[in-house]
Amino acid sequence: MKIANKAVIFGAFIVGAVWLIPFLWMTGTAFTEPTFKMSIIPTTPFTFRNFKEVFELVPLARYYLNTIIIVVVTFSVQFVIITLGGYALARGDFYGEKLVMGIIFMQLIIPNDVLIIPNYITIVNLSLVDTKAAIMLPFLGSAMGLFLLRQHFKTMPTALTDAARIDGASTMRIIWQIYVPNAKAAYLAFAMVSVSYHWNNFLWPLIVTNSVENRPLTVGLAVFAKSTETALVWGDICACAFAICIPLLLAFFIFQKQFINSFVSAGIK
Amino acid sequence: MAGKKHHMSEKARRTLSSWVLLAPAVVLMVMFTVYPIFNSMYLGFCDAGYRNSSPQWIGMENYSQLFADPVFWKVIKNTVIFILMTVIPSMVIGFGLALILNGQFRGVRFLRAAFFHPVVMPMIAAACVWKFLYMPGNGMFASLMMSVFHINIGDVLSSPKTVLPCLALMYIWKEAGYLMIFFLSGLQNLSIDYFEAAKIDGAGFWKSLIWITLPLMGSTFLFVVMIELTNSIKLVDHVVVLTQGRPNNRSNLLMYYIYQLGYNFFQQGKAAAVTTILLIFLMILALPRFLRFDKKVHYN
Repeated sequence: MKIANKAVIFGAFIVGAVWLIPFLWMTGTAFTEPTFKMSIIPTTPFTFRNFKEVFELVPLARYYLNTIIIVVVTFSVQFVIITLGGYALARGDFYGEKLVMGIIFMQLIIPNDVLIIPNYITIVNLSLVDTKAAIMLPFLGSAMGLFLLRQHFKTMPTALTDAARIDGASTMRIIWQIYVPNAKAAYLAFAMVSVSYHWNNFLWPLIVTNSVENRPLTVGLAVFAKSTETALVWGDICACAFAICIPLLLAFFIFQKQFINSFVSAGIK
Repeated sequence: MAGKKHHMSEKARRTLSSWVLLAPAVVLMVMFTVYPIFNSMYLGFCDAGYRNSSPQWIGMENYSQLFADPVFWKVIKNTVIFILMTVIPSMVIGFGLALILNGQFRGVRFLRAAFFHPVVMPMIAAACVWKFLYMPGNGMFASLMMSVFHINIGDVLSSPKTVLPCLALMYIWKEAGYLMIFFLSGLQNLSIDYFEAAKIDGAGFWKSLIWITLPLMGSTFLFVVMIELTNSIKLVDHVVVLTQGRPNNRSNLLMYYIYQLGYNFFQQGKAAAVTTILLIFLMILALPRFLRFDKKVHYN
């Protein structure tokens, strides 16, 4: 099903250009001398001044480190948890299988993002307020990851496992040496979705952190934007926003196809 | 007899190892998904503040207070309006883009990137930028309206008439590309035989769209409606940056209201009651997905 009409394609390019305006304006404003005239094509000279100012005003390096720690640790723990669980679910045929699947569907239907009130109380009871662990904990047992791997592991031929078992390989060896290397596509999809989600997550980290030592980039930007609300420092805010967006955007522009496929397979499951 | 017994012990052994492997996942999911769901329902019947650590049972008090509070109804109304203003347009745009970008032409990769890139941007960064675009006076929208239509639109984010459409517009910009990729993958899974046959029968673009594509894409549409409804409810980062619910709660959305009740007004019992209402809504929403879980594809 396709429309190969020239006029339609031309229209799509116009709309596509409009879609890029916020990004283009942000980038242009971040890299040019401050002005009060807003234009998509910068009118003032090129400069790094905004970035210099932002790095002086905002502990951006610290926030970067925090976000990287959160993203890397979250994915690493998720990786282990969903691999073990995904294997057990793919093998199936055990008492309580339906119960586990029920819990998984529960999380797929009710995302953790809406449970901020009760989960905050849990974090308080665990005395984990204002820690990175608090930011990560609710997302470590990822139903989406478990389901994704279960589906992927199920498609793998059992002949391989049987052969390994006859050779005396343990369950752990079978998982890490046969299943994991054969599910690279599923892991890549999950990694891209998990990393983008936690790089961009805002409301939950805002609630559970209140110090520079634990704040991720997104909360840091919101705090900075709030502190400069009255002064119209477009250049600084845009530089800060640019610094936060650019790692993921660059990765996306380079690995566009993998990104889009990952989001599709993680979404549909 | 012996065979059956053997099978039982095999399954029992498997049960033990399966639960060991699943233990970390199950413990975490119970702690942060199952328990909080029931805890919200319980706390909804309690007076639970920030400081008094033990919640006091007060029965339906939170609910009767909420239902008597005009702000609560305003928030519900806003949320419904916001959903209508975002879900339908972003689906229409996402599907339209998918139809166009399913073709092969020079620049199709660039266009897909242009429409999808807001998805990988943090909402918070996007909202900071859009806030400037919406600024009165020299903001991009204001100066565009001024130079093209000679209208002074003023501060669109503090006018009760325009604030929700402004939030919705930004949200559509952020989400349409996300929905587009599901439609694209749905379209790519359709067999071209149908369209060849339709072409031979002389069906034009609109005819094949309405009689072939749309019916075949039924399950994709159902899926997209569901994720989009959930997304438009759960995401409120833009409210935090752009308006904080202003003016006069005209842009206060359900999830932001929960956040506000819990962390600005320290009424966690009431916040839990609103969460419970939201949970019930999400469960109702999931019913069709649940009922048709095993029958995946109808056609093929």
